Amino acid sequence: MTPLLTTKGLSRHFGGLRAVDGVDFTLMPGEIRAIIGPNGAGKTTFVSLLSGRIRPSSGMVVFDGADITAMPAYKRVRLGVAYTFQITSVFANLTAFDNVALPVQRTLTDGRTKGQVRSGVMAALERTGLADRGGTLAGQLSYGHQRLLEVAMGLALKPRLLILDEPTQGLADSEIDNFIMLVREIARDATVLLIEHNMPVVMQLADRITVFNSGKILAEGTPGEIRANAEVQDAYLGATHG
Amino acid sequence: MRDASPAKTYALHIGVIALLFALNLVLPDYHQSLFARIMALAVFAMGYNLLFGYVGLLSLGHAMFFSAGLYGAGLTVYHLGWGVPEAFVAGVACGALLALVIGLLALRTSGVAFMIVTMMFAQVFYLLILYFAAWTGGDQGLVIQQASRVIAIGGASFDLTDPTVRYMSALALFSIILLVTLAVVRSRFGRVLVAIRENEERTKMLGYNTVANKLAAVVAAGAICAASGAAYALLFGYVGSGFASVQYSILPLLWVLLGGAATTLGPLIGTLFMYYVTDITSGFTSAYLLIVGVALILLVLFFPKGILGSIRERWLRWLP
Repeated sequence: MTPLLTTKGLSRHFGGLRAVDGVDFTLMPGEIRAIIGPNGAGKTTFVSLLSGRIRPSSGMVVFDGADITAMPAYKRVRLGVAYTFQITSVFANLTAFDNVALPVQRTLTDGRTKGQVRSGVMAALERTGLADRGGTLAGQLSYGHQRLLEVAMGLALKPRLLILDEPTQGLADSEIDNFIMLVREIARDATVLLIEHNMPVVMQLADRITVFNSGKILAEGTPGEIRANAEVQDAYLGATHG
Repeated sequence: MRDASPAKTYALHIGVIALLFALNLVLPDYHQSLFARIMALAVFAMGYNLLFGYVGLLSLGHAMFFSAGLYGAGLTVYHLGWGVPEAFVAGVACGALLALVIGLLALRTSGVAFMIVTMMFAQVFYLLILYFAAWTGGDQGLVIQQASRVIAIGGASFDLTDPTVRYMSALALFSIILLVTLAVVRSRFGRVLVAIRENEERTKMLGYNTVANKLAAVVAAGAICAASGAAYALLFGYVGSGFASVQYSILPLLWVLLGGAATTLGPLIGTLFMYYVTDITSGFTSAYLLIVGVALILLVLFFPKGILGSIRERWLRWLP
């Protein structure tokens, strides 16, 4: 099977800081991959390089066999790379309906989906449990619902790769359980790459885990392997759970 | 939700157009002429509102697009002897083309830099009009004779200097642009423009080429402002450099802010309000600008989102 996404020697330097430093990374289609690591390990910078929000200093990104290193972010989205923001970034002054209508009409324009804007929006809102809140201004939704709206927008882009940056941050425990079910459902037709600090969520969801430290990949493996890895325990798990 | 009340929305807009049509029959001569002027200039404000209200781009140079239409229409009539319809099209084309060029350059900037760059280009345009005084008439301007302002269609001819023909022509242009604006802001394109205003970075990450969308809006707004300028030249028969001065870049901003940015009918209300406050107060005192200033301050204090913007916020949420 060919990988959905690979990076070769991917680096991004901010002045002297090597936020991402020569990363070789491979993601297979259909998997749920979690990226973990201590604060400042370069996780968000790394996924920003994948989505095209920032440009690499060197190295290369290949998506579905095509070199997309120089491609602007909006074109990557049209190829199927969707990114949901770490800090909730819905359009606060637009209704939930209009928030989701934006990605829906994009996929219609691209010819990746067919049908009406309205039915596409309602499908994405229903999938995230927000169907009865379409007319509410996004800024007036509860924080948990705003995060779900963010996911609905990601879903509506019909992504082949959905990148979720700390999706459960700020969610209540009850909301997290629903969220795990939602991500599993999304993973039936998309590859999911998530940055997550909540270890129970990672252990339940991820097929494989990549551990970042100081801009480099420290370890990679199944949840069981990562749990047993002494280096990881020192660098990360020991530090936060010690 | 945007689609909650399309019938109500269209009924309101058609109603406003019908009201303006009826006013032609009852208004005294002076006010009929003033209303024709206000409707022609409200088109200018509507073009400006498309860019400022919906996309959130604050330009201080839209006098150049208005006067591109004004001179595009006026000079082709004056020097080339073109007919009214051809001259109008020439004016709109000049505005659209100028907007394309200026847009490509100015959209490399944003925020305050965008304001300054557009203002500078407008000043260049103004100075060019003065420099080419041999053709433009410089600061004296040009008067377009009555004989050049007659439209002949088949056997019938319409004299634009006739008050009723002038009123109806201004109303026709106003109505078309109002309905076009309404259609644009309710369209998918309109939704993207508002998204850019709210959060451009996020809009990019939903797969939109925001620069291309902004450029399209600049050209559309430029063409609408030029249509207003071309109509103004042909209806009122005067083309002058004063319309390219910085004052005419500030005025549409003022009209839109007063009426309500990002409302379809706000530009008309703002233009109407400013004209009548000026008109009424100047009847009492020579210090009328002082009273206009006080009225503006009161409005900003009590209706910070403009007249229609505040009405929408407080009472009529469905207004487009």
